[in-house]
Amino acid sequence: MSGAGVKMTETVAVPVVVPNSAWRREVEKRSGQKVTACYQCEKCTNGCPAAFAMDTVPHRLMRQLALGLESEVLAANTFWVCASCETCTTRCPNGIDIAHVMDTLRQLSLPGANPAAKNAAILNSEFLGSIRRHGRVHELEMVTGYTLKSEGIAGLLRQTGVGLGMLRKGKLKLLPSKLRGVKQVKGIFRRVVKG
Amino acid sequence: MTMKVSYYPGCSLKGTAREYGESVEAVFRHLGMELDELADWNCCGASSAHAVSDELAVGLGLRNLEIADRTGFDLVVPCAACFQRLKVAEKAVKSGKVKPQNGYRGAFRIRHLADFLGEDISPKLVKERVKKPLEGLKVVCYYGCLTSRPPEITDAARPEDPETMDNLMTLLGADVENWSYKTDCCGGNLILTRPKVAKKMVQKLFDKALEAGADAIVVACPMCFSNLDMKQAELTRETGREYHLPILYLSELLGLAFGDRDTGKWLRGHEVDPRPLLKEKGLL
Repeated sequence: MSGAGVKMTETVAVPVVVPNSAWRREVEKRSGQKVTACYQCEKCTNGCPAAFAMDTVPHRLMRQLALGLESEVLAANTFWVCASCETCTTRCPNGIDIAHVMDTLRQLSLPGANPAAKNAAILNSEFLGSIRRHGRVHELEMVTGYTLKSEGIAGLLRQTGVGLGMLRKGKLKLLPSKLRGVKQVKGIFRRVVKG
Repeated sequence: MTMKVSYYPGCSLKGTAREYGESVEAVFRHLGMELDELADWNCCGASSAHAVSDELAVGLGLRNLEIADRTGFDLVVPCAACFQRLKVAEKAVKSGKVKPQNGYRGAFRIRHLADFLGEDISPKLVKERVKKPLEGLKVVCYYGCLTSRPPEITDAARPEDPETMDNLMTLLGADVENWSYKTDCCGGNLILTRPKVAKKMVQKLFDKALEAGADAIVVACPMCFSNLDMKQAELTRETGREYHLPILYLSELLGLAFGDRDTGKWLRGHEVDPRPLLKEKGLL
């Protein structure tokens, strides 16, 4: 085994990790999930159908979370790529609701802080805005608003053919259906904003 | 006495998935059961509400449960996402996390359409209604994510290998193929925000369904349907592999087998036209 040229005494720079248990506890409290129960079996990552598009795969994100590495975690695209399919939650041997932890991280992200959140933030705002106004989602309004804000006029024009086809098939309604109890729905939104 | 069930159609079934809504209503008529649509139901919040606030997501679901509680009939939900959101609200009430209005009993069950048809009513009743067995039609059943996951919320007995739709399709006389991708995510949730990721996920399902020898994929969710039905032309262009696999709602095939006259009307709305396949099999 000689000739490899490895000097056993060579020092290797190991990045210094400073755990931040306060932030970890905040995530645990908000999500109701004990992230420190994770023992890195990697079942979540191996079962994740979207892991191929993630910069930090789920089990690694869970480890960073356990260490409380706030800026690393919140900069990852993981929870914006996550499709909320709940496979990780279903298979976690330690009963961690990982998909719900992903929700908590979405909720903790500051607007505009993570470029991976851009489209999701537009979609959520258009979708929830439609519910708030009408009590139900008006699909035409929601998709038009989303496409315009995420892809501009050019994007909207590209989708015109699909939209017209669906209108012809009676699959898109021009007008929203309005609830009698739309005030109650608005009340649900108001309570959450206040809380 | 006709059996009555509460019905939560959800936003899609009144719009982009109207053929699902219309065929569900027809199937219940054939079975002699009455669907009592929840009066003034609201959107369940789908995937956007829980990404923004747990309280909002549960609050939107809970209002619908309070409406269903007035009659106390079991609540049938055809959309997988709506189903799971209503179950999340139900569990939040049961665990005491939220308090419903005074007098709430919550004695009804929330059932996804496939589970209701496959488990809650007698297979004999379904079989008796079959006028046109789906002989020669090779299908794979696709359950997607939220009809069964996570089982703590959905109360699914077989979250990794559900079989309610497989059993129903067998009852109708279809040739049900086995495959390992029944509950693999199609990426429907990402179709607007990350279309490239979603297309990779859905392409895998097509490849595996074709490998299993299927002529069509049977679904029970309007989100899965849109994603599977509407992306095939694009995938064909982008990958050079020909994708033309009809996607059929569970209720459309039940309606077809029951001899419903509106079947052709429902199928007209599909992007991948299933009518040539069904005509070739002598079913339409």
